[in-house]
Amino acid sequence: MSDERSGAAILVESLVRQGVEFVFGYPGGAVLPIYDELFTDQRIRHILVRHEAGAAHAAEGYARSTGKPGVVLVTSGPGATNAITGIADAYLDSIPLVVITGQVATNLIGTDAFQEADTIGLTRHCSKHNYLVKDPADLASTIEEAFEIATTGRPGPVVIDIPKNVQVATADMPAGASSRRRRYAPQTVGAPEEILHAVELIAGAERPVLYTGGGIINSGPRASDLLRQLQQRTGAPVTSTLMGLGAFPADHPDWLGMLGMHGTLEANMAMNQCDVMVCIGARFDDRVTGRLEAFSPGSKKIHIDIDRASINKVVPVDLGIVGDCASVLEQLLEIWGERRTGDIGEWKARIAGWRARDCLAYPERKDEIMPQKAVQRLFDLTRERDPIITTEVGQHQMWAAQYFGFMGPNKWLTSGGLGTMGYGLPAAIGAQLGNPDSLVIDIAGEASIQMNIQELGTAVQFRLPVKVFILNNEYMGMVRQWQELTYESRYSNSYSDSLPDFVKLAEAYGWKGVRISSHSELDEGIAAMLDHDGPVIVDCHVSKDANCFPMIPSGAAHTDMLLYGDMVAGTMEDEAKALV
Amino acid sequence: MKIEHRHAERHVLNVTVDNEPGILAKITGLFTARGYNIDSLTVADISEDHHISRITVVTNGPPQVIDQIMAQLDRLVPVHKVVDLTEEGPHVERELALIKVRGRGDDRVEALRLADVFRARPVDTTTESFIFELTGPPDKIDSFVALMREIGLVEVGRTGIVGMMRGSQPA
Repeated sequence: MSDERSGAAILVESLVRQGVEFVFGYPGGAVLPIYDELFTDQRIRHILVRHEAGAAHAAEGYARSTGKPGVVLVTSGPGATNAITGIADAYLDSIPLVVITGQVATNLIGTDAFQEADTIGLTRHCSKHNYLVKDPADLASTIEEAFEIATTGRPGPVVIDIPKNVQVATADMPAGASSRRRRYAPQTVGAPEEILHAVELIAGAERPVLYTGGGIINSGPRASDLLRQLQQRTGAPVTSTLMGLGAFPADHPDWLGMLGMHGTLEANMAMNQCDVMVCIGARFDDRVTGRLEAFSPGSKKIHIDIDRASINKVVPVDLGIVGDCASVLEQLLEIWGERRTGDIGEWKARIAGWRARDCLAYPERKDEIMPQKAVQRLFDLTRERDPIITTEVGQHQMWAAQYFGFMGPNKWLTSGGLGTMGYGLPAAIGAQLGNPDSLVIDIAGEASIQMNIQELGTAVQFRLPVKVFILNNEYMGMVRQWQELTYESRYSNSYSDSLPDFVKLAEAYGWKGVRISSHSELDEGIAAMLDHDGPVIVDCHVSKDANCFPMIPSGAAHTDMLLYGDMVAGTMEDEAKALV
Repeated sequence: MKIEHRHAERHVLNVTVDNEPGILAKITGLFTARGYNIDSLTVADISEDHHISRITVVTNGPPQVIDQIMAQLDRLVPVHKVVDLTEEGPHVERELALIKVRGRGDDRVEALRLADVFRARPVDTTTESFIFELTGPPDKIDSFVALMREIGLVEVGRTGIVGMMRGSQPA
């Protein structure tokens, strides 16, 4: 018996079959048939954002906090182009998204029609895969395949561009699965001889380090458990990239803190002086390695990654293992058995020496709140509630990474690879929808928050009690910090003039607004934020000139780390400037 | 500050792909976006049901870059297989060229004589010109074109390289 439906109805039915709860989107001419179907069908909840970038980031926040793919629905032309930043963001951070874009009718494609953009061409290099569906009969299998591609292997965004006439035309809805892709099959299990080799290398190490990344989070909570087991069996200290925070508990004695440009002294020195480095689900980003020639010169490097193209891309390694983090960790643990590592006592002592430098120390000031202090208090006062933290991009993001302790995976949502200002608020909205009972806080800067501030309205409409904690220093702080370091403090356009009154802005949108401007108001303001069961903006005024330390200037080695008080204006060499 | 240029070696890659719209743009775009070189590119549908195409790319770069190119191509969803013919062993490379030459009298005789040496076939003749068709490895075509330049080369059309492993097995 045939089950003929419109393309729009096939699309919605296919999304329901994939278990989609929420679609983040914004209507427009080229997706009206789908919106009409959502209106009559009612099985999927549509979250109306205020800007398509917000839709994509909200879907990312939902995906990263729940482990499920995020779904975005936007119209053609400007709808699609507005979503591209979020698509690119998800691509660089390997976040599974399925992005459905409307397109002008097939007979108009290529005519510069109203709201036409070549979405396939535009998203080709910032999506894992993309489709232009020209026949409603292909829709069901395309959706199915898109979800598979988005969520397996190295996850990423998949774009499905659907012309308006394809949404209206009819076809048979297949009764069950109908996948047509014959070839896509990512390798998930590591080669046994490589696993054995890795175990031998780790067991023989005197100075091992586990360098972990977002791949562990993407692999699911089991990978984080397995990482803890591997650490327990090997005794190796653990550091992580920005994306990997939470996979290993921040209160563990063998936790070194984050590594890289704003990582801790102990993490970077351990990376520099280790004899065996086990990189798990990270990709040797330039923010991690610093100057490549000086990166961990004496170590044997093992790299576990689901994406073969990440292995030897930047740093040549001694052993590359292609596979899913959880599967490979399980394989390693199986062979490891009751084996012991070599004596790593001397190594632990050396690490303790670096740790004793207390690289995250900063001077307190009587009349100003140091931003580090604000994040520490926020952490202390919320840790019991195991919050989900999102951030925007800049100094506040680094302070959040340094001073907020993450104990479990999927609690830390930040734009790592693309570094997208405006990510945090919509990501918090997505995370709150996926985790209605969690405390969700966007740690923001006053500049970043303005990039997607219109999403304040979305939170109100959907009754989402998200909190935005602004570290307000009136500067694009990270830009200012670089200008101090590399351009002799010529603050070209880094000062935010004409800032809004964030408390009044909050109230204008129906949020609660709280201002903190002195030490005595800090704890009280945070408590007021936590006590209110609706959305709250905290405008926390912090020291205007505080900078992020430790810091490895671009183009420098891990051993050339600047600690608090080390910074000298205009000392960077020309070659290093290009790497900024 | 100086921009560095790295030593490069030439490789011929065969890429088998789903024959879907935009795939060529995806492949060439990957080369552009990641800063790889394309020296020659050919593409044609090779399956009975028109679902599979073969793309032959001649590229150059240090071994590490070639390895990255292979891995980056391989992770594209519509790519089935990537083979580096240069690494795999003995292979055959062929290119087709059409070469238009103008000349009168002795030049015509000389052009025909050289064409015969190169096994180039005249496929169009007027009283004062020829178009030769020539198939062979690229350097053979280069040599023939260089000789014809002495006589009166008008224009050259070349297909780019297709390549295949020697022996009875598919690559």
